[in-house]
Amino acid sequence: MLDVVKTVPIDYYLWLSCALFCIGVFGVLIRRNALVVLMCVELMLNAVNLLLAAFSTYLSDAQGQILVFFIMVVAAAEAAVGLGILVMIFRNTHTTDIYLLDKLRG
Amino acid sequence: MTLAVFLTLAIASVIFALLMVLTKNPVHSVIFLLLTFFAIAGQYVLLNAQFLAVVHIIVYAGAVMVLFLFVLMLLNLNTDAEPRQTARWKLAAAIASGMLLLTMVGALRGGAELPIPETSDPHVGLVKNLGRVLFTDFVVPFEVAGILFLAAMVGAVLLAKREIR
Repeated sequence: MLDVVKTVPIDYYLWLSCALFCIGVFGVLIRRNALVVLMCVELMLNAVNLLLAAFSTYLSDAQGQILVFFIMVVAAAEAAVGLGILVMIFRNTHTTDIYLLDKLRG
Repeated sequence: MTLAVFLTLAIASVIFALLMVLTKNPVHSVIFLLLTFFAIAGQYVLLNAQFLAVVHIIVYAGAVMVLFLFVLMLLNLNTDAEPRQTARWKLAAAIASGMLLLTMVGALRGGAELPIPETSDPHVGLVKNLGRVLFTDFVVPFEVAGILFLAAMVGAVLLAKREIR
């Protein structure tokens, strides 16, 4: 097995996770399709997961990887409920453009 | 060698994530996000977290992305009919997320040095160890996660179902 702890500094994982997270934020800001916005949220969750797994391996502590499982559970539940809401919105308004979904704005 | 694998996977995941955000067609977005997830799964294998890598592939590539693709096809959004953002808004979004990246990198660079042990336990990410920790220290959160899944399942079915008249 390749020994990642000795050869790759933990900082590299920090930078990679920050980059992926910010790409997710960029996507949430730039896209107008609600479905793609949900996908960008998944990407942000994955950036956090990667960093948790990296620290878990570097510190030989399994708790980080357990936390990744729970984040995956929440992400899957969020995707299912979010897509259910999206299907309902589409059925009522025939669009998923988030610019047209501002009925809750005061 | 390890560094080369890490850098390849890292660059691939960042490029695929950018393509996912920047492509116009939602189906292409799904495919690029899938490739990003595969690159992240490669990182998990590199980190000696094999079980996590397998679960990641099963949950994300197998369940979540299929769900996204299914809804995309169901709602017939698989054309690039998404309205374009204005150039000014795109620039504002790029600046905002770039500033966030800058802030995060800047804040993390100046932090205290974490005492990383020289050697790491190679068995920490294996099923045996993870299962033991999950079913001893994390039993209650595990059960709560089961309840959350049940609630999410009921909620999703209720939301997506046609209204009873």
